[in-house]
Amino acid sequence: MSQIFSLDFWSLVGAVSGIYAIFSLGLQLQFGVTGLLNFGHVASMAIGAYTMAILVVKEHLPLWSASLVAIAAGMLFGAALSLPTLRLRTDYFAITTIAISETVRYFALNEQALTGGALGTSNLEGPTKVTEYNADWVSFQASVQRWLHDIVGRYSESDFAMLVIVWVIVLLCLLVLSPMVRSPWGRVLRAIREDEDAASALGKRVAWYKLQSLAIGAGFGAIAGLLYAFEFQFFSPDDFDPLTTFYAWLIVLIAGTARIWAVPVGALIFGLIFSGTRFFNFKPFTYLDAAQLAYLRMIIIGAILIALMAWRPQGIFGKREEMVLE
Amino acid sequence: MTELLQLMVNGLVEGSVYALGAAGISLVFGPLRIVNFAQGDYLTFGAFAAVLANLAWRLDMVLSTVFAMLATAVLAVALEFVLWRPMRKRGAKTMSLFITSIGLAFILRASILFVAGSNEREYRVNVFQYYAIGGVRVSEPQLISIAVALSAIVATAVLLARTSFGRAVRAIADSAELASVAGVDVDRMVVSIWILVGVLAGLCGMLAGLIQSSFDANLGFNLLLPLFAAVIVGGVGSPYGALLGGLALGQVEEVSTWSGFFGGVNPIWKPAIAFMVLIVVLLWRPQGLLGRARTL
Repeated sequence: MSQIFSLDFWSLVGAVSGIYAIFSLGLQLQFGVTGLLNFGHVASMAIGAYTMAILVVKEHLPLWSASLVAIAAGMLFGAALSLPTLRLRTDYFAITTIAISETVRYFALNEQALTGGALGTSNLEGPTKVTEYNADWVSFQASVQRWLHDIVGRYSESDFAMLVIVWVIVLLCLLVLSPMVRSPWGRVLRAIREDEDAASALGKRVAWYKLQSLAIGAGFGAIAGLLYAFEFQFFSPDDFDPLTTFYAWLIVLIAGTARIWAVPVGALIFGLIFSGTRFFNFKPFTYLDAAQLAYLRMIIIGAILIALMAWRPQGIFGKREEMVLE
Repeated sequence: MTELLQLMVNGLVEGSVYALGAAGISLVFGPLRIVNFAQGDYLTFGAFAAVLANLAWRLDMVLSTVFAMLATAVLAVALEFVLWRPMRKRGAKTMSLFITSIGLAFILRASILFVAGSNEREYRVNVFQYYAIGGVRVSEPQLISIAVALSAIVATAVLLARTSFGRAVRAIADSAELASVAGVDVDRMVVSIWILVGVLAGLCGMLAGLIQSSFDANLGFNLLLPLFAAVIVGGVGSPYGALLGGLALGQVEEVSTWSGFFGGVNPIWKPAIAFMVLIVVLLWRPQGLLGRARTL
C-alpha cells in the first residue's frame, strides 16, 4: 500500500506518461490532423533509440550529437515510409505500416552484430562486454537534480529530476506543434484529412504534405524513443512491439482528434490506467498473481478502446465535427 | 533439386494454413466491412479449445478438432450479438470497427492467457512419424494439415461459388442495402457468415498449432500479419484471392530460403519476407492479384 504514497513511484509513472505524451503527439499530427492511419508508429521510437545507442557505443559520438542524428534518422524513416504507402487506401495503409514496423523489429532482433539482438543494448559489443550508452545522460540528470534541490529540497530524487526533464520537453513539443497545426500549413493537412481530392484540386501537393506530416510525426516518435532509452537505461527489440503503437492510439483516441493540448491529459489517464492495476491489492484481486494482473490490465485497455468507439468515437475532448473515424 | 522440392512441400504446409486463415479474414471483410484485427485471436481460441479437448478431456485429435470448430463458431456468433451488431446499430463505420476489433483482440488474447497461462502447449500427436517420398520428408502432422486444409479450402470455394448461401454472401458484399431489398435476410445471413468464419478459424487455429508442434497464446497474433498480407496480396474482398494469396505467400516464404535463389535468404528473415511481398505487390498492383481496381 505504501507505493501509493511513494514519490519515486509516481515520478516514474509521470515520466513514462510524459514519454508517451510526446510519442502520441507524433501520432496526433499524423492521424488526428492529417488523417493517416499509422499503425506502425513504434518503429520511429525504435529507430530513435537504436540510432542513438549504436552511435554512442560503437562510434563513440557524444550523447547529444548522437541524439540529434537519431531524431534526423527518425524523420528520414517517416519520410521514407510515405514512398511505398501513400497511394494506398486507409485500411491498407494501416496494415502496411504495422508490417513495416514489425520488419524494423525483426531487423533489430536478428542483426545481432549491429543491435545486440534479443539481448538488447547490453549486448551491443558482444556478450563479453556489458555496454552502456547513457553515462552523459546520468550526469546531466544528476546536475538537474542538484539544481532542483535548491528549489524543492529533499524531494529532489533522481526519478523526480527525470519527471521534470520529460515534462519540460513535453511542454516544448506542445509549444512547437500547437502553432504549426494552427498555421496555414496545418490547415492544408486538415483539408487533406477532410477531402484529399478537394485539397489537390486547390493545387496543394497532397503527397508532399503527407510526407511532411509523417516525417515530423516520426521525429516526435524518435524523441520519445530517446527519452525511453534514457529512462530505462536499457532496451531490447521487445520494447517496440505493436502493443506500444496501440497505447499511443489509445491516448490519441482518449484525447480526441486533432486536439494537441489534450494529448498529455490522455497520456496521464493512460498512465493511471496502466499503473492503477498495481493497487488492486484487495479481494478478489489478491487471488491473482502478477502475470494475471497484467492480463487484466490488457483486458481493461481493450474494453476502454471498445467503449470509446461505442460511446465517444470523437474522444473525451474531441469535437464531433472533427471526428476522422468514419 | 530435392532441396527445392522439400521447400515447396514445406511452403504448401504453411501456405494451406495461411490460405484457410486468409479466407476467413476476407469473408469477414467482404460482407461485414470489418477489418478484423481480432481474427488471429479467434484462431488462438480454436487452438486452445482443441488443447482443452485433447489434453484435459483426452479426446482424440479428430473429435478435438470438431470441438474446436464448434467452440470457435459459438464464440464468433456470440460476439456478433454482444459486440458487432450493437456497434453497427450505433452507426459505426469501417475505421471505428477496425479499432473496436483491436480492443477485442486485446481482450481475447489476455483472457486466454488469464485462463490458460503463458505455457507452451502441444497436442498428443506423434510428431516423429515421417514419410519419405523420393527424398522429400513430410511428417504426419504436416501431411494431415495439407490434406485437411486443402479439402476445407475446396469446400469453402464450392460453398461460395455454387450455393444460394454463397450467392447471398456475394450480394451482401456488393451492397447490403440492395441485398436486403432483394429479399435477403441480412441479419440472419450475417450470423451464418460468422458460423462459417468461426468453423474455419477453429480449424485453421488447430492446424497452425499442429504444424508448429508447440505454441502459446500468441499463436494467432503472430499469424495475423502474414494473413493480412495474404488477403491484400490476393485482393481484398475476393475470398478466392485470399486462398491464392495464402498459398503463394507460403511458397515465397519457404522458397526464398533455397540455396539456388542467390544463396538463399537466411530463414530468420522468413516473417519479414511476407511483408516484403506485400509491399512489392502493393506498389505493382494495388488492388491485389485477383482484386478489382476500385474507384474509391
